[in-house]
Amino acid sequence: MTYGNLATPSSGSVRRSGVAGGPQTANLADILERVLDKGLVIAGDIRVNLLDIELLTIKLRLVIASLDTARQVGINWWESDPWLNAQAADRAAEKSHDQQELEEENRQLRNRIDALESGERNGGSRGD
Amino acid sequence: MPWNRASATAGAVVTESPCVWVYAVADDAAPALTGGLIGVGGAAARPLSAAGLTAIVGSVAESEFGEAALRQNLEDLDWLERTARAHHEVIETVAKERPVVPMRLATVYSSDEAAARMLLERAADLREALTRLAGCSEWGIKGHVAMPGDDAAGQQPEADGSSAGPGAAYLRRRRAQLTARQDARQEAVVSAQAVHAELDRLSASARLYPPQSPEIAGHSGSMVLNAAYLVADDRAEEFGAAVTELAARHGALQLTLTGPWPAYSFAGRNETGDVQ
Repeated sequence: MTYGNLATPSSGSVRRSGVAGGPQTANLADILERVLDKGLVIAGDIRVNLLDIELLTIKLRLVIASLDTARQVGINWWESDPWLNAQAADRAAEKSHDQQELEEENRQLRNRIDALESGERNGGSRGD
Repeated sequence: MPWNRASATAGAVVTESPCVWVYAVADDAAPALTGGLIGVGGAAARPLSAAGLTAIVGSVAESEFGEAALRQNLEDLDWLERTARAHHEVIETVAKERPVVPMRLATVYSSDEAAARMLLERAADLREALTRLAGCSEWGIKGHVAMPGDDAAGQQPEADGSSAGPGAAYLRRRRAQLTARQDARQEAVVSAQAVHAELDRLSASARLYPPQSPEIAGHSGSMVLNAAYLVADDRAEEFGAAVTELAARHGALQLTLTGPWPAYSFAGRNETGDVQ
């Protein structure tokens, strides 16, 4: 099942990138979008991880996703994402992904997560 | 507590209470991991069995992978890249030998007992996923389109015979350029939908991802398709041939095929592609 050593042909219009062991190692974006956002999610008992990773995933989405294009292909995951839906998506759609804005976004999300976390401590455990 | 310190400390110093990093879950006949498989934090990957399942785990230092440390380290892109690649490499190596359910990055337990308890509690889900993913791999497809006008900045104004000034000529040219871009994009989107429909048909399951930004993905042009397909290994050749054929049919679309990947995108049960 492995195409690990495929070269990348220049003539055809399909490029193949090897995932590992091949001439190209898998690109970081491909790996991150899988290991951060996919994979089975089960809360470890180091529970803060889940929240941290959700935060990180959102930040990466802001950077990675070009929302314009996503909309045109009919991908609308952000519409069901309560955090992104409210403010981040609008902001991201304006294509103003500069560093300052990300930092501000990060600060706001972190505050929100702190609030969530303290609520969690007071209100009992969070299910996975 | 059955810490195997000899194998857990290959290259890394695990001092205070180690945490247990979980890479993936396989069935009970997990391969005897050979000593060579070094994962996150420089620690050797090892099997941890319970409830008829085997988790592939590693012992990592709390000082780097505990709550406080993770919170900081996840913000560090270099650390994140190193860790993501190490996580992926272990999963990929094991996935070559047998079906696995890959775990999301940073699934960490405080002890072997806690990780074993997870196997026990989630045994039914995990078995279902193992059965569903057996004999399949994930393939990624990305589709890019080059936008017309991207390198036309230095174009000379054309003599168009009209009496309008250079300003009007510029506007006309600019409008034509924008229209051309819009058309190219539209055509590419239609092609992307056709490609997706065909590949969806050949796969057991499919996921659409948001497009990656050019800065991170290192490509030029506009990404109009970013999808993952769960394909039976005995249909992988057919799938690859279909991709080649589709690329020929939709010439404007530059397709990139990646894989085979462990089935990250299909580990959860949610069939809509949402993460939960």
